Amino acid sequence: MSSPTSTPGRKRARTDNPSTPSNDAATSPPSQRRRGQDSSTGELPPMPTSPATDMLSPAVPQDTSLFSSPRHSVLPSEVDMSSPLMYGTPSSRVEGTPRSGVRGTPARQRPDLGSVRKAPQVDLHSDLPNDDGAAVSDGQNAGQRLVIWGTDVNVGTCKEKFQRFLQRFIDPNSTEDENAGLDLNEPLYMQKLEEISVVGDPVLNVNCGHVQSFDAELYRQLICYPQEVIPTFDMAVNELFFERFPDSILEHQIQVRPYNALKTRNMRSLNPEDIDQLITISGMVIRTSQLIPEMQEAFFQCQVCAYNTRVEVDRGRIAEPAVCRNCNTTHSLALIHNRSVFSDKQMIKVQESPEDMPAGQTPHTTVVYAHNDLVDKVQPGDRVNITGIYRAVPMRVNPRQSNVKSVYKTHIDAIHFRKTDEKRLHRLDEEAEQKLFTEDRVQTLKELAAKPDVYERLSSALAPSIYEHEDIKKGILLQLFGGTRKDFSQTGRGNFRAEINILLCGDPGTSKSQLLQYVFNLVPRGQYTSGKGSSAVGLTAYVMKDPETRQLVLQTGALVLSDNGICCIDEFDKMSDNTRSVLHEVMEQQTLSIAKAGIICQLNARTSILAAANPVESQWNPKKTTIENIQLPHTLLSRFDLIFLMLDPQDEAYDRRLAHHLVSLYYQSEEQLEEEFLDMTVLKDYIAYARTYINPRLNEEASQALIEAYVDMRKIGSGRGMVSAYPRQLESLIRLAEAHAKVRFSDKVETIDVEEAKRLHREALKQSATDPRTGFVDISILTTGMSATARKRKEEVAQALKKLIQAKGKTPAMKYQQLFDDLRGQSETAITKELFEEALRALADEDYLTVTGKTVRLLA
Amino acid sequence: YFYLLTLAYNPLHCLSSFYISASSQNNPESGWEAKAVLFFKEQLKDKEAHTSVPSLNDVPLHYLKPNSLVRFRCLIQDMFDPEFYMGAYETVDPSTKARVLRCGKYKDVTECGVDLNSRNTVTAERQTFYCVPIPGENPWVKEISFSQARVVPSTSYVPSRQKRSYEEDDDMDTQPQKQREPHTGPQSHTEPHGNGDCKRQETEAPSSQTTSASHLDLNFPLPGEKGPSCLVKVYEDWDSFKLNDTLEVYGILSVNTLLDASSSLLDPAECMETAEEQRVHSPPASLVPRLHMIYAKPLPHCNPLLPSAALEDNSTKTSVPNGEMASVRTELLAYLTHVLLGDALAAEYLILHLISSVYARRDVLPLGKFTLNVSGCPTVASYTERLYQIIQQLVPCSYRLSMSLQNMNQLRLVPKKDYVANRLVSGALQLARNTSLFLDETQLEQGQLDTTGVRNITALGNLISWQKVDYDFNYHQMEFPCNINVLIASEGRSLLPSDCQVHLQPQVAPPQMEEYLSAIHMHPQASSQLNKFRLYLSLARTLDYSISDEVTKAVEDDFVDMRKDDPQSISAEDFHRLLVVARLLSLSLGQTSLSRDSWMRAKHIETLRRSRTEQQQQCVNGNEP
Repeated sequence: MSSPTSTPGRKRARTDNPSTPSNDAATSPPSQRRRGQDSSTGELPPMPTSPATDMLSPAVPQDTSLFSSPRHSVLPSEVDMSSPLMYGTPSSRVEGTPRSGVRGTPARQRPDLGSVRKAPQVDLHSDLPNDDGAAVSDGQNAGQRLVIWGTDVNVGTCKEKFQRFLQRFIDPNSTEDENAGLDLNEPLYMQKLEEISVVGDPVLNVNCGHVQSFDAELYRQLICYPQEVIPTFDMAVNELFFERFPDSILEHQIQVRPYNALKTRNMRSLNPEDIDQLITISGMVIRTSQLIPEMQEAFFQCQVCAYNTRVEVDRGRIAEPAVCRNCNTTHSLALIHNRSVFSDKQMIKVQESPEDMPAGQTPHTTVVYAHNDLVDKVQPGDRVNITGIYRAVPMRVNPRQSNVKSVYKTHIDAIHFRKTDEKRLHRLDEEAEQKLFTEDRVQTLKELAAKPDVYERLSSALAPSIYEHEDIKKGILLQLFGGTRKDFSQTGRGNFRAEINILLCGDPGTSKSQLLQYVFNLVPRGQYTSGKGSSAVGLTAYVMKDPETRQLVLQTGALVLSDNGICCIDEFDKMSDNTRSVLHEVMEQQTLSIAKAGIICQLNARTSILAAANPVESQWNPKKTTIENIQLPHTLLSRFDLIFLMLDPQDEAYDRRLAHHLVSLYYQSEEQLEEEFLDMTVLKDYIAYARTYINPRLNEEASQALIEAYVDMRKIGSGRGMVSAYPRQLESLIRLAEAHAKVRFSDKVETIDVEEAKRLHREALKQSATDPRTGFVDISILTTGMSATARKRKEEVAQALKKLIQAKGKTPAMKYQQLFDDLRGQSETAITKELFEEALRALADEDYLTVTGKTVRLLA
Repeated sequence: YFYLLTLAYNPLHCLSSFYISASSQNNPESGWEAKAVLFFKEQLKDKEAHTSVPSLNDVPLHYLKPNSLVRFRCLIQDMFDPEFYMGAYETVDPSTKARVLRCGKYKDVTECGVDLNSRNTVTAERQTFYCVPIPGENPWVKEISFSQARVVPSTSYVPSRQKRSYEEDDDMDTQPQKQREPHTGPQSHTEPHGNGDCKRQETEAPSSQTTSASHLDLNFPLPGEKGPSCLVKVYEDWDSFKLNDTLEVYGILSVNTLLDASSSLLDPAECMETAEEQRVHSPPASLVPRLHMIYAKPLPHCNPLLPSAALEDNSTKTSVPNGEMASVRTELLAYLTHVLLGDALAAEYLILHLISSVYARRDVLPLGKFTLNVSGCPTVASYTERLYQIIQQLVPCSYRLSMSLQNMNQLRLVPKKDYVANRLVSGALQLARNTSLFLDETQLEQGQLDTTGVRNITALGNLISWQKVDYDFNYHQMEFPCNINVLIASEGRSLLPSDCQVHLQPQVAPPQMEEYLSAIHMHPQASSQLNKFRLYLSLARTLDYSISDEVTKAVEDDFVDMRKDDPQSISAEDFHRLLVVARLLSLSLGQTSLSRDSWMRAKHIETLRRSRTEQQQQCVNGNEP
């Protein structure tokens, strides 16, 4: 198609295939009563010769004007041109969306669907040789079934089915946030069309999963012949839309963008069979090119007679007309660039997401072309789900070379992008990372969950190479599951933390790091950092100037990256105070505020923290409290739900078991391997499943049990005049109980969960909050950094010191060292320098004295 | 037998016979490929046969006939994206219009006149690996494997001019040299060692090739490496290969100039790739030949003295009796003691280190690794360098990383993905399994490490503790397990973690050091002796190991008793190490199960080592105030 016909040809798209039964096209939109393709006995008399009559639909009266002239030329080629199925046929790449002439909404080209395939329609029952690709029977013969050449798609049926789908499809269980605000009991897509008419964004995203559940056959066709089916969908939806909202004005006609085609999920599994099919893959954008203007239609003007002609671009080539059709001058036509039609195009490189990769291989990359408004939709680093048509293009044959490379270039023409990490910023995105569990898998998991000892099983499956420390493993297991997320933002409380934070302290070489490594390897979104090497910036976020675009980019650090995961921090004690301070916000509010380089924002960091700390004196000193041993601020410690000590128990039976464990580790016998009934993948799936699907709530009994537990905890302390539990402890208990219910795959938190939570919490406290001086468990060690007895002792010393000074009489200044010695001599208990200094400080706070250098002066 | 040998000599004939039979049937589905692959596998199973296939490692590329069968001993450095190619296609003769169905497998380029619209075109998928010669392969390995190989008789050498680059045509005048080859070839068959000299000259000769390579970064993991890298096309089962696998690839060599990115006449609109990407993915075939894999043999080790086939049958293991292993061990111990300035204990530990290997992983914990830190290395007379040279003589692959401040701040240790060129830029830690990495910490001086430096040190720490390297993929990191023997030579205790630290106690006074050391190097070990050591070390590593229930019990009791006496004396960590030492000690003696004696001996040397370390520490502490 060169010549003037091409332009009207595009406008004529709505003519449908004249070869289909006429009634299909004529009474198009909502008339679902017709059953489509087989009905050759339509209301309209067959008009084989003039397809223009098809257009005389009452709904679209203006159309007639558009389909005027060149109709009566050779029928087959005419059919080719006017068929909406001609998207991307080499001769008519420019074919846009079917523009219903209604209100003259212009159609927009869909280069994303462009291809090299010829798609004339053929009659399935006809014996016409269709190898030439031009054989089109006239569709008026009764009982014949017309399909697009090379496919089994009948346009009429397909359109009708899709319209039926749009009008009827209801998904009451929809959880997609895209559908937020829609009435789930009404046809979903009709509501979306309404939305389009209001918002004016002429794009209809269609979930292929919905199509599949509605009409499997239609879905199959969509997947297999997207290039033919999607234009049909476009056509159908536009007819429907303009029928319903005849007054709405759109920028261009509605384009259907299917997504979530289940055909292929993984880039690695793409294979030659997927070529020209609709696929959805997930991956990460690693590069985007600059915008490439791609010529769709070349505009030529004759230098002699100024006659204009347009030539469509076919497979990247323009056939330059050699002869002017008007004046018959040869080689007189010149390309006029700024009257040619271009479309936007962008090359995007996508890399396999790390989760999809088999171990020991490098990630694959795929080239994706984005067209028109999809250009610049994604940025490098984005995780996306791309739906598009997979293409393979042979390497260009160069006429000067006799033989060619036998390799194809492959790429994906993107139809739909869906960012998977975008939503993370404002809403929990369980769905995106939702692993697809096969029914079998779910069954196995459920069977496992039904076992009474599932909790023990799972905890022993956790890091089997690390010996014993059962309670620690149980704690970590509960951390992996996490509590139930609750939202109290209405009441002003904000989000209630569901993540469980755990701190492990202990002697060096008690496999703390190994445990951390294990957890880091187990969870999909784990981060591992070492306190020594990480700065506050590395944990939070930093602003970087992109070398290419000169844009400021916010680079996220470990805490943000492990959103919804676990951030393992080794050598927690080695962290600088500055760095640690950012953890305060993260560990309670679960957000991260950033104010730097003009960027002020709050990022979600709903991460559990698993930290390991070594004692300050290299060896754990059992005579000191936890705080004294690890020298961490109590403000931070109180944010840990569980603090465990990993100490060498030093008893014979333990040693024996340990020895056995270690020896068998090095000597792997067959039966021992089998003993490991739970491998890492099962555990992973189990956790992922529970995290996704199980949201336990407290039942009445459990709430009562929790209250009792809390009251009990408070009581213990009140007897000795101290506070032994704070609301934070109650929150911890609730989280632990919920996590335990998740382990059981139970939707209810029951008393047994509370019991276990209590036990574990108590065990942890016993280890970490025991006051070495009294032997009592004293929560204030963790919450205020000092045990109650220690506080009492401090006061006593201060008083003794005061007395001592008073006894000395009117000496306004004293030597520091002398005072210390005097106090030591006077006191019956040993007084350390720290104690003495603290006492001095206490007195200074009372404005009794000041300390300057080595002298102590009395005030007033 | 002779028939088989001739076939192996002329692989192209053989393959083409398969082609012909297939094309005569005019049916690509006749399964000729499967038959051919099977045929080749059968052929190559023969111990003799594989040596008759020319190796890209030994023979300069321009001496190899295009489209001939070659082998290549290599490491998978990078994996490119899978590519679709015409598995079968139809050609149309422009004059006669005759259609012929052809097979596109094992070829880069199609025949003339392809009908792109033919319905008979079959699209198939293949994978491309970028392979480099095994990094850090020591010269003796190259020499021995070279002398074992036989070069294709030049009788089959038919230059096919139209397919060769100009560069290669220039080399045609070296043809007369090749005429010698048929004579040297059969000789090498009867005389496995020591006739490599004349051929070495030939391999060294084409310096033009190396100079032209300089403008193209061939992405070798280690600096200063030479040798061809290859784009290996894999046709089946590519998922079974992993990055950093070492393989011996048998395949069809393709050096077509059409493959060169610079010569391709693609219009820019058609190119999806950046210029860099093109350069990397389609380098000139004269530098980076394409190899169409027919069959690949995984190499569990690259010691040419130990036939890899021997590993499969247990006969070889018994063929080396324990007594012999033990005697070789004694000799080696004496030699290493000598090298380690008369320190027998350090020599003992060095042997254990050299035969260590990660044999399993328990969740994150690698088992069997034995990183040795030899502290107290004299800084005079470049001792560490000499020590490394000795190790180089003993192990097939090794690399000495001088941990100078400059190196640490500048070297790229961790491989990094370059998204512009879409390739994995290699780093010094991308090494084949059981490569000996010699970290020379004596070179480290005071100063500041910058970000790269800190990252490099962290990477080394991770490598030692977990035997894994986190490759940098810019947006994320990816963990690749590895199996690298790390030996740290340092003055004091190393700043890097190690499984075992042994403080060197030289029996030689520093003034005589220079003399002593040069004496070692003046009188190198006889090559037969060295070969014995090399074989011993490789063999000991492959042995299986077990602990009987009885010994398990005894060992456990021992541990409990030790703890009872003094809980501080042995921690779980110490016990871990003791078990590894016992294992390696048994293996070094050729014993495949732990005996009580070995256990006691392991305990003994551990006690010696610990007392030495404590002594050292006391000594240091005593000096400090």
